[in-house]
Amino acid sequence: MATPEPVPGIDLPVPARVAGRVQESPTIVTLRLELEDPARQAAFRFAPGQFNMLHLPGVGEVPISISSDPDHDTFLGHTVRMVGRVTRALARLPVGARLGVRGPFGRGWPLEAARGGDVVVLAGGLGCAPVVGAVRYVLHRRRDYGRLVVMQGVKHAEDLIWRAQYEAWAREPDVQVLLAADVAGGDWPWNVGPVTELLEGARFDRGRCTVLMCGPEPMMIAAARRLEALGVPAAAIHLSMERNMQCALGRCGHCQIGPWFVCRDGPVFRYDRIRPLLGVRGF
Amino acid sequence: MPEPGWLPLQRADALLATLREAGYRVVGPQVADGIIRYGPLGEAAALPWGVRVEADAGRWRLRRTGEGRAFAWANGPQALKPLLFAPEETLWRTDADGRPAPQAPEAPPPTAVIGVRACDLAALALLDAHFLRPGREDPWYAARRSGLLLVAVHCTHPAATCFCASTGDGPEAREGHDLALWELEEGWLVEAAGAAGERLLAALPLEAPPAGAAERARTEVAAAAAAQTRRLPEGPLQARLFERLDHPRWAQVGERCLACGSCTAVCPTCFCHAAEERPGLDGSSARVRRWSSCFTEGHSYIHGIVLRPDARSRYRQWLTHKLGAWHAQYGRSGCVGCGRCIAWCPAAIDLVEEMEAIVGDA
Repeated sequence: MATPEPVPGIDLPVPARVAGRVQESPTIVTLRLELEDPARQAAFRFAPGQFNMLHLPGVGEVPISISSDPDHDTFLGHTVRMVGRVTRALARLPVGARLGVRGPFGRGWPLEAARGGDVVVLAGGLGCAPVVGAVRYVLHRRRDYGRLVVMQGVKHAEDLIWRAQYEAWAREPDVQVLLAADVAGGDWPWNVGPVTELLEGARFDRGRCTVLMCGPEPMMIAAARRLEALGVPAAAIHLSMERNMQCALGRCGHCQIGPWFVCRDGPVFRYDRIRPLLGVRGF
Repeated sequence: MPEPGWLPLQRADALLATLREAGYRVVGPQVADGIIRYGPLGEAAALPWGVRVEADAGRWRLRRTGEGRAFAWANGPQALKPLLFAPEETLWRTDADGRPAPQAPEAPPPTAVIGVRACDLAALALLDAHFLRPGREDPWYAARRSGLLLVAVHCTHPAATCFCASTGDGPEAREGHDLALWELEEGWLVEAAGAAGERLLAALPLEAPPAGAAERARTEVAAAAAAQTRRLPEGPLQARLFERLDHPRWAQVGERCLACGSCTAVCPTCFCHAAEERPGLDGSSARVRRWSSCFTEGHSYIHGIVLRPDARSRYRQWLTHKLGAWHAQYGRSGCVGCGRCIAWCPAAIDLVEEMEAIVGDA
């Protein structure tokens, strides 16, 4: 039996540098990464919704979705929220710092199948990073898609990042941006309440659309039920799931939901397929 | 296929010698620290001659009988899994500048394992399906897997915890091995499976089997199947398990379960492992994986939340995966009926009994 060697970029991280960083909020940073090998960077192909494993030597490794554009950007964009030991260290990396990258992994958003129809994006809380890449993707290929509706909900008004970006998106033709905060602040011209309420005001073809959702599971479950009630087929609704991922290769076993390895069969799942186990405690 | 040959027990060392001459280091079961453990085997005399195993829920004891058999026992806590899926393995290292330095998978010398049981072979096929998925072969597992030669022994003395007959995996070794031994009081009937096995069979100093040896051997193995009293409910159990996620028995077994992970450690098909960063004092670092378990708190941890906070949900995860979701992932149940999880559970939880209570009435 021929023994396969560990594959750099898949089994082993390849070295990358922080080429730029944007402090989005006190706890959220966007890192622009460049693989140190220019040929490898140029050859790096991914789909929005896929993720990389970012390895910080001496600290650890975490899965982070890729938020840059697969065709128009020459770097890998990763928006990191400081939630644990590794993400706190990642978010503090200065420009020039070295880290390791494995990826891309998983199945991204079905943006090819979505061509010709409306695209509806619904993000809750700070889980907006995985869908931002999809929004940019559609805007870069505007004529390939119908209407684009972007709905974003946050708990507190001050949690909203990329405010200027939402405002810029809203000025594009056939784009509708709807924002909601559970708790509004002084300067909050948008809705107050749960993000699912925004669906009532969203204008899109319910029979010919693709819905991309990301955020807390109770929010996604409520939104998916509401969308179905509005006439959107369950097979047109897609959810990005999060689970403990340590290998990204379907080997370590942590990310399983029933029969699925989220790292390999997801992170994007079709609602009608994953529905039986959605919201079931312990899965 | 060549005819089976006969190796009298007093010439058992010829098997080891032939394997060594063919370039293999020999690993086999031996009594050590009160258990039967697989390790480098110097001579046939080191095999567990004259011992039997008494096992029940939460109980595993060796009993010395002095009889002239080396394999009159069913299994110890481990067999092949630690040899292939290392309990701990370094995946890569980074130098003080953070540059990854690949750690070449450690390829052990060609290894022949003597005393592999039917359940171990079935478990090996499942580990292969997991770690050698086409296009994404795990290089560390693959390095240990290549050059492995398996000398099976058909089981004649099942433990009370064994239920391989009901999972269809034993007690007769059917596939995945190179040589197989039928053990009788006075010798081993040796047969080959596949090209490597046939070459070894030809090299062994075998005799013609005594009259009726093959029939006696088959009768003993058939009796070993008939002697098994534990049976899993008829499967496949996937749909029934996922229909009964709220069955009250999950909470009852959760009250008894210590969530210690003994069952997953001794299970020959459990593959979960955790990745760890091991920083060195010189600024270098190592990325290490080691066996983990769905019974740990960290297994279902995600940004501040533990999705399976109690033993009930962890036990349910283990068995809905092992006996349920495994069908969707690998085309069959992940249980091979070895009964190790029953014997080595400190709370004496019996998987067969739990499954009977939860899905046995369908």
